[in-house]
Amino acid sequence: MKGNSWALKLSAGFGFIFLYAPIIALIVYSFNESKLVTVWGGWSIKWYVELFQNEQIMNAAWVSLKIAFISASLAAVLGTLAGFVLSRMGKFTGKTIMAGWVTAPLVMPEVITGLSLLLLFVAMESMFGWPAGRGTTTIVIAHTTFCLAYVAVVVQSRLASMDETLEEAAMDLGAKPVSLFFLVTLPLIAPAILSGWLLSFTLSLDDLVIASFVSGPGNSTLPMVIFSKVRLGVTPEINALATLMILAVSIAVIAAIVIMRRQNRFQGP
Amino acid sequence: MMTTTASSDSTRLSVIQRLRQIRLGRWCVILIPMLWLAAFFFIPFLVVFKISLAEAMIAVPPYSPLIEWDPSNAYATLKVTFGNYLFLFESRFYLDAYLSSLRIAAVSTFFTLLIGFPIAYLIARSGPTQRTILLALVILPFWTSFLLRVYAWMALLKKNGLVNEALMAIGLIDQPLQILQTDFAVYLGIVYTYLPFMILPLYTTLEKMDMSLIEAAQDLGAKPWRAFCLVTLPLAKPGIIAGCLLVFIPAVGEFVIPALLGGSDTLMIGRVLWDEFFLNRDWPLASAVAIIMLIVLVGPIMFMRNGNKEAM
Repeated sequence: MKGNSWALKLSAGFGFIFLYAPIIALIVYSFNESKLVTVWGGWSIKWYVELFQNEQIMNAAWVSLKIAFISASLAAVLGTLAGFVLSRMGKFTGKTIMAGWVTAPLVMPEVITGLSLLLLFVAMESMFGWPAGRGTTTIVIAHTTFCLAYVAVVVQSRLASMDETLEEAAMDLGAKPVSLFFLVTLPLIAPAILSGWLLSFTLSLDDLVIASFVSGPGNSTLPMVIFSKVRLGVTPEINALATLMILAVSIAVIAAIVIMRRQNRFQGP
Repeated sequence: MMTTTASSDSTRLSVIQRLRQIRLGRWCVILIPMLWLAAFFFIPFLVVFKISLAEAMIAVPPYSPLIEWDPSNAYATLKVTFGNYLFLFESRFYLDAYLSSLRIAAVSTFFTLLIGFPIAYLIARSGPTQRTILLALVILPFWTSFLLRVYAWMALLKKNGLVNEALMAIGLIDQPLQILQTDFAVYLGIVYTYLPFMILPLYTTLEKMDMSLIEAAQDLGAKPWRAFCLVTLPLAKPGIIAGCLLVFIPAVGEFVIPALLGGSDTLMIGRVLWDEFFLNRDWPLASAVAIIMLIVLVGPIMFMRNGNKEAM
């Protein structure tokens, strides 16, 4: 095949510039001395210093990190089970319904998910007295539910691309289902679970809409604080925060790619 | 597939016992994720539906109970109102909001496809090393905070932002344009934030495509453009459909983008629902808005489920 045509390269190049220009601008302006975010006043790290002195942002970041860690871990367990059930358990009653419940949260508009979970929590509280009020617990349940879907899809596609001969061999050699899962299947899908966990962690850390619905007073997550600040205009501290988060994500993505490459297969998101 | 091979010395009884254990364990494994999803994904919709049939009132929680229990004569009355739905259909405002959300989502999806396709195509045709790097470049924004990526455009688009400064510097305009808080900014925001959701399924399909088919078409005299329309596009169809649905469905209910980039007149149903809930505290009406949105989107969601077996 001849080389790619210049038209293709040009339009793809334009696409990549479109993807990166805003991010690069954000990073550059985070080092801007001037408070007027878009007027250049020289290089400075003062917004980073202010960021770490901002107690509201730091508290919210801590709340968000805790929630993201717990939700991602719960979602990794439940999502792996769901993905495993859908691709390795053959047919069972309700499989189609479950498959629908696993894919629908991926595209469900967040306002619907958020509202429906809040109304559920309110109804549950008046019926069983649990969960008492809204706060960390309700956010964790909500995040686990939508992250579970992502983990399930990643695990499912990994299992689908993996041939079953290893598992069959282990079964022929007399492995019981439980040890088969823990000794053979789990190590094989571990990279997929890890990338599902990381994806869940970042999704939870990023969620504004669902958390706004299901959080209680005094439980502002980081995106909620960012949103309330940003709504009034561009804030230099948020630029600094964004840069740090982009840096963290870049490291995680590169690490994930290295792990994936070791598996010698590239799975989608 | 759960098949068990009994070793030769095991008795018939132990095989049956083992199978029974497996069946029990199997159902436990199936039921854990199933019950979680039922409780926190499916039942919530029923609750929303129930509350959409109630009336708003000043109480905790702020809606009327569906069943009223009169203890004096042990009489229960079912109180159901379709008033919220009637209100939605009669008011021009909500209809406009739905239509404008669908329009904004559809137009943005089209432009996302237009920008995403060349990227996906280039990646699919690159060598292995270049492919990994380019894919990483697409995945990185996908993992970066959605909220912060929307925010990044605020700084670019505002009156004295980079875009206006650049346009004035090259002399295209001499007055800063109002770009932020317009519908255009909303289109731009959706295309930008959802672009990776388009590129990744497109890439997955294009990667599997047999490039020799295009060569064959060209050898037989097809112009590159004709070969693209007659060979590449039909083969990429599953990826195009999957990508478009992954962008279109969530974009219809988008809240953050119209809230941060749109003007006060940018009408999107996700924002209407948010305001109805948080500002007017009319939970039943917000629920009715959600139920109608769900009904509108159920078709595309089902379609996606059937389609993604081949595309993903």
